[in-house]
Amino acid sequence: MSKHKLSLKILGLLTAGLSVTAGAAPVTLTIESWRNDDLAIWRDQIIPAFEKQHPDIKVRFAPTAPTEYNAALNSKLDAGTAGDLITCRPFDASLELYKSGRLAALNELKGMENFAPVAKAAWSTDDSKVTFCVPIASVIHGFIYNRDAFAKAGVSPPTTEGEFFDVLSKLKGKLRLVPLAMGTKDGWETASMGYQNIAPNYYKGEEGRRALLAGKAKLTDPQFVEPFRLLAKWKPYLATGFEAQTYPDSQNLFTLGRAAVYPAGSWEIASFNKQAKFPMGAFPPPVAKAGDKCFISDHPDLGLGLNTKSPHAAQAKVFLEWVASKEFAALYSNALPGFFSLNKAPVELRDPLAKEFLTWRSKCESTIRPTYQILSRGTPNLENEFWVVGAGVINGTLTPEAAAQRLQKGLSSWYKPAQ
Amino acid sequence: MSAARDNFSGNHFVAHAILAFFSVLALAPIAIIVMNAFKSRDAIFGAPLEPPTTGTFDLIGFRTVFANGNFDAYFMNSFSVTLVALGGTILFGSMAAFALSEYKFKLNSLTALFFTMGIMVPIRLGTPGILELMVASGLVNTRTALVLVYIAQGLPMAIFILAEYMRTVSDDLKNAGRVDGLSEYVIFFWLVLPLLRPAMVSVAVFTMIPMWNDLWFPLILAPGEDTKTLTLGAQAFIGQDVTDWNSVLAALTLSILPVLALYLVFSKGLIRGITSGAIK
Amino acid sequence: MATAILQPVGNGQAQASQSTRPVRWHIAIFLAPALTIYTLLMALPLAETFRLAFFRGAAHDREYAGLANFRVLILDERWAAQFWNALANSIWFFSIHLLVMIPLAVLLAALLSVRGLRAAGLYRTAIFMPTMLSFVIIGFVWKLILSPLWGVAPTLLAAVGLESLFQPWLGKEQYALTALGFISVWQYVGIPMVLSYAAMLAIPAEVLEAAEVDGITGLAQFFRIRLPLLWPTIGVITILTFVSNFNSFELVYTAQGVLAGPNFSSDILGTLLYRTLFGAQLQLGDPHMGATVATMMFLIVLMVVCGFLFFVQRKLVRYQF
Repeated sequence: MSKHKLSLKILGLLTAGLSVTAGAAPVTLTIESWRNDDLAIWRDQIIPAFEKQHPDIKVRFAPTAPTEYNAALNSKLDAGTAGDLITCRPFDASLELYKSGRLAALNELKGMENFAPVAKAAWSTDDSKVTFCVPIASVIHGFIYNRDAFAKAGVSPPTTEGEFFDVLSKLKGKLRLVPLAMGTKDGWETASMGYQNIAPNYYKGEEGRRALLAGKAKLTDPQFVEPFRLLAKWKPYLATGFEAQTYPDSQNLFTLGRAAVYPAGSWEIASFNKQAKFPMGAFPPPVAKAGDKCFISDHPDLGLGLNTKSPHAAQAKVFLEWVASKEFAALYSNALPGFFSLNKAPVELRDPLAKEFLTWRSKCESTIRPTYQILSRGTPNLENEFWVVGAGVINGTLTPEAAAQRLQKGLSSWYKPAQ
Repeated sequence: MSAARDNFSGNHFVAHAILAFFSVLALAPIAIIVMNAFKSRDAIFGAPLEPPTTGTFDLIGFRTVFANGNFDAYFMNSFSVTLVALGGTILFGSMAAFALSEYKFKLNSLTALFFTMGIMVPIRLGTPGILELMVASGLVNTRTALVLVYIAQGLPMAIFILAEYMRTVSDDLKNAGRVDGLSEYVIFFWLVLPLLRPAMVSVAVFTMIPMWNDLWFPLILAPGEDTKTLTLGAQAFIGQDVTDWNSVLAALTLSILPVLALYLVFSKGLIRGITSGAIK
Repeated sequence: MATAILQPVGNGQAQASQSTRPVRWHIAIFLAPALTIYTLLMALPLAETFRLAFFRGAAHDREYAGLANFRVLILDERWAAQFWNALANSIWFFSIHLLVMIPLAVLLAALLSVRGLRAAGLYRTAIFMPTMLSFVIIGFVWKLILSPLWGVAPTLLAAVGLESLFQPWLGKEQYALTALGFISVWQYVGIPMVLSYAAMLAIPAEVLEAAEVDGITGLAQFFRIRLPLLWPTIGVITILTFVSNFNSFELVYTAQGVLAGPNFSSDILGTLLYRTLFGAQLQLGDPHMGATVATMMFLIVLMVVCGFLFFVQRKLVRYQF
């Protein structure tokens, strides 16, 4: 027994010695991610570009199914089997990882100066002193439409609320198409692509969001209730049985050409380009009256952090520095159109649809989703509640006013803003 | 008597009609999966009820699955984990069941109760503790970790079934063995164990399915590429934004086959096992 | 300690001959592997989970909370509404199994055991098949079938002229849980069917022949002879179904998502537990409240099982042949 142990020890020493002498042997870094949709792009485009410059570092992209990512990542971190690089969800999930010592502080990382404070906010402590993930991309909400269908119905992209419903009823009357491709089964679309898409125009983006955080505004105030009134009016334009229509159902409905408008997030662009056989266009969420200032949800979605337990921290930092570079920004935003780089350096986009989304940044003011920062820390969880009431309002089982009351009641039950 | 016989053929007709109806009901959804796995994406959603035709036949799903995943490796992982865990469950379960049903000793019923508790709680609830233990013992990302968890998960039911069954096995053989001076080990391994075969089959069928289909523990304990199981591997095709239906259907179809094969192997024994008192 | 446990107990004659034997180590050896694995991997981790229910605070400064978490779960409006909703839904989910699955299983078993019936094995295999599928398949296929868009269910209903009956069942608060209950029945009916079938086969031929001589055949025979002999098996099936229903979460999770929609109408204890323990989207996992939900579930199951064993099982006559 002890002999066995001894020989093991010797073997360990030997291999340790070997790895020191053979220092040039390539190190493999593993990236944890929930983006299994992007597996091919990382594997074939992004990683080879990095490996070409750093032949001593190999990188492996190892995604988990999105619904299991958080639970699986936490367990892997506990177990010490997590990858060297961790794809960061925005705000609290990652903040928690930093607080429990799972993610390393990256303030000193070369290239962090390439990001504006607002881009870093999603991966910084509440006092914004420490940043723990390199911001990679944000996603923008809006509507993607079928150009053929619009041409056939003789309508053009709406800019105001009135025009929006006008276009929808024309589409409904003239074509045997579903005007709007959205279902309420999975719930989250009604929050992300429904409310959080159209609402910033009413509560005036950051101004309204900050007022909510400061406790100066309530979700029952008219600027927060009005978007629910509009959502309630979507119902007649959805497919029959939309209550049981899932998110993939909606994607398929639109890309198979059976629906005209898709309330979207820009992340759909890459897959829609691949699947849709008709030309597509996009328009930003309509404003209340012509000439109103417009606001868009331009939401930080994805960053990359360093596992504190990584045995290859030095190499991982080299990779992160590359991720913070302009080169990566251009490569990534073009490989994955619809994920917009958060890097300050302007990036030339090739995809027309993604370009269209990006032009809104100059026309409209950007804001992030109202539930993500701080407000979803308690029970009941505000984001979850938005999913539930969003679906309820569209299904007609909940009035806009009742929805707003339920949200505010839940929020006030635990959130006491410093006034 | 002849009236009864006539009645029987009438009975047979009704029985066939009802059983056939429910058989179709049970199989149709599976048929839909398998059928659509061989179709193009447009055809899946265009006419989900139609079998693939020359126009819609498409193997793209299977091609993606075989190109992207190490499917043969995943399959071998699932297969070896399930088989070893099953063997362990049956062997250790039989030994414990023998001890509990054969001997009178203090704490016998308490031990039995202790095991029975396990039927009432899903092992998943203990995940944090299990993970801690696996980390401490360095078993994370090994198939051993999965095997151990599945044995622990299978044991309560296995002991319950096997102990019930052993009470129905006659004592004569064992007593004859004891008279001949055989040790308790010999009696168990050579005389009792072979008699348990019918009950083992029921245990196998009931504990194997959850092991094979489990998504949770492979995800938590062995998510590494080398230890991935088939169910976890198939999951990789269900993405965040776009679901690659062709691949999902193909992967699901592939994952049905092995369970089906295993069931057919065991099914003959299943009824015999249950009938002979394994579960009553 | 171990030696004391393994001392033979008993009295009278047997005692006299056995007491000469010292410690019966073989008992310990037979029990050891199962006891070790089960204790280490199941009992202790579960005990640890239950222990967490009595604490609160983050991992590094955990403090004893007594029964506070339970009070919050049962009484505090923010948690209680979800808890009682999930409990009520679990009861309904179980009721569907009790009222639909078990009678159906007994019926199918009775048909399978009609004497001389051909192809019984084929039927049995077919009906048992869904039991073996993973939830990934089951959630996927039923969503596809019940989808209003791709039209499997609407087309089938239209084929028999009942299209007006179609509803987006999984998307409506009043139907979702019931629909899931039926899917679960579809999935699991094979198990109780096989168990009842085996129990029926175990009825000695003489008993049935005697009944036939007395002119008791067909339905009368089923209700007067077979069913009474089947009660113990049905009892075991009921309790196993209860335990598995109250612990299940996969079906709802794969079909309806982590929020068990619409509006938590399909939220059962298992999904509530999963959401609390492991989190959902922006909701972070809460080990203490999660453990509290787990402990409550365990207590409920334990109470019902004990109640069943003491009050129901005792009244059932076990027929021994």
